[in-house]
Amino acid sequence: MIIDHPLLGPRDSAEFTYMGDARLIERPSPDSPDAAAAFYDYAYLRDNPAGWHRELWFHEAGDRSWLVVTRNTVTHEISKVEFASDVARAKGRSK
Amino acid sequence: MRYSGLRVIKEALSGHKGWTPAWREPDPAAHYDIVIIGGGGHGLATAHYLAQEFGQARVAVIEKGWIGGGNVGRNTTIIRSNYLLDGNEPFYEMSLKLWEGLEQDLNYNAMVSQRGILNLIHSDGQRDAFIRRGNAMILNGADADLLSTADIKKRYPFLNTHDARFPIKGGLAQHRGGTVRHDAVAWGYARSADKHGVDIIQNCEVTGFRIEDGVCKGVETSRGFIGAGKVACAVAGNSSRLMSLANMRLPIESHVLQAFVSEGLKPVLPGVITFGAGHFYCSQSDKGGLVFGGDLDGYNSYAQRGNLPTVEDVCEGAVAIFPMLGRARLLRMWGGIMDMSMDGSPIIDKTHIDGLYFNGGWCYGGFKATPASGFAFAHLLAKDAPHPTAAAYRFDRFEKGLMIDEKGMGNQPNLH
Repeated sequence: MIIDHPLLGPRDSAEFTYMGDARLIERPSPDSPDAAAAFYDYAYLRDNPAGWHRELWFHEAGDRSWLVVTRNTVTHEISKVEFASDVARAKGRSK
Repeated sequence: MRYSGLRVIKEALSGHKGWTPAWREPDPAAHYDIVIIGGGGHGLATAHYLAQEFGQARVAVIEKGWIGGGNVGRNTTIIRSNYLLDGNEPFYEMSLKLWEGLEQDLNYNAMVSQRGILNLIHSDGQRDAFIRRGNAMILNGADADLLSTADIKKRYPFLNTHDARFPIKGGLAQHRGGTVRHDAVAWGYARSADKHGVDIIQNCEVTGFRIEDGVCKGVETSRGFIGAGKVACAVAGNSSRLMSLANMRLPIESHVLQAFVSEGLKPVLPGVITFGAGHFYCSQSDKGGLVFGGDLDGYNSYAQRGNLPTVEDVCEGAVAIFPMLGRARLLRMWGGIMDMSMDGSPIIDKTHIDGLYFNGGWCYGGFKATPASGFAFAHLLAKDAPHPTAAAYRFDRFEKGLMIDEKGMGNQPNLH
């Protein structure tokens, strides 16, 4: 697979480490009353879709940026690559 | 029809005109006591044990393609019970015992071959870990044998024990481990289940569950509604897709695992050997092909095919331990979809929906577990109580912090 890095252009996926569903960006608040249930869901449960999947790839052997890659799990086609930091900020996080 | 050597001779002399199909092709009935979704090894084994051990005859197995077309026909055929943890080892040892009696039980030649499995040791730390594992196996009634470098040199003279990049410092052997002809496992269980009255319905895809007031009443399929007292799901890599039809999210990710077969060679490899300094395992099939595999590709996939970096990684492991493999050509390679759970161990449990049962999360160790998985799942379905060896395989172990994490990797499914 080739991941089209937003800054570096097309890179071999072997340079990256896969870190799972991009929902892991949305870490629940430990202060909320249902924190235990929310963290169980966050840490262990996955949608695991057959089809389009937004997921985290870490450019470990490259610029060490975190990316959100939208990839089809049935065909391995990649439709979109974004910086995870941009995705996180768009969700209202500070970094 | 009972299979025997005499029967083969009789048929050979009479032009092979007397053989009959090994199972029927029935149309689905309107209602069954138990409907098993998934005609793979685990589903068919469940049907066999339900009928034979637990007296349940009104059982159907429904399969969207043909039986045995999924992971039971796509694996590297190894059987073993060399686990460490209490939640796992008794279960896998029961499985190995069932393998030992499988062919007599099923009256089917599954080519169970206890040619032994050897896990190589390359460092002092690894030796300590393997001694501990071997002791855990022995405590649970399995066999384990710590081999010295000299023992290994005697048994496997082709292994480089002195000046390799990762020198071999010993090995943990399980002589009762080995290989089984995987397709024959599916066919043998199917034939036996069918003989006991189980309906095996192929080309019948589940499109939904009929759930009323929190009770599962049956399944909607491409061949109409099939009512069921209990619905049992055993669909391995497609677990998340199937259970999403019941609005369930699972502690599972689906990953692709590649496997490889070389061209046919004369006998060179007497058992199963695993490389301890990388992830590589290899055996030689009775046809002569070297059957081997290694790590997952590492990303979510339902594609049943992998990518080249993993091929390179596995082949590097291969030539590191068996330089002779560098001369062999690859005949085939393929990928299978693994239901990777969050702690690397499976789930055999009821769901929160009455009448809906789940068996999955086998990671890439499902084949060796086939008989015990079928037996334990049948026990759960027939008695509504978990089998003693599978009592730890519960859905709620993640919530309660009771993970069965053999590799100690945490909730990172692609590392198990």
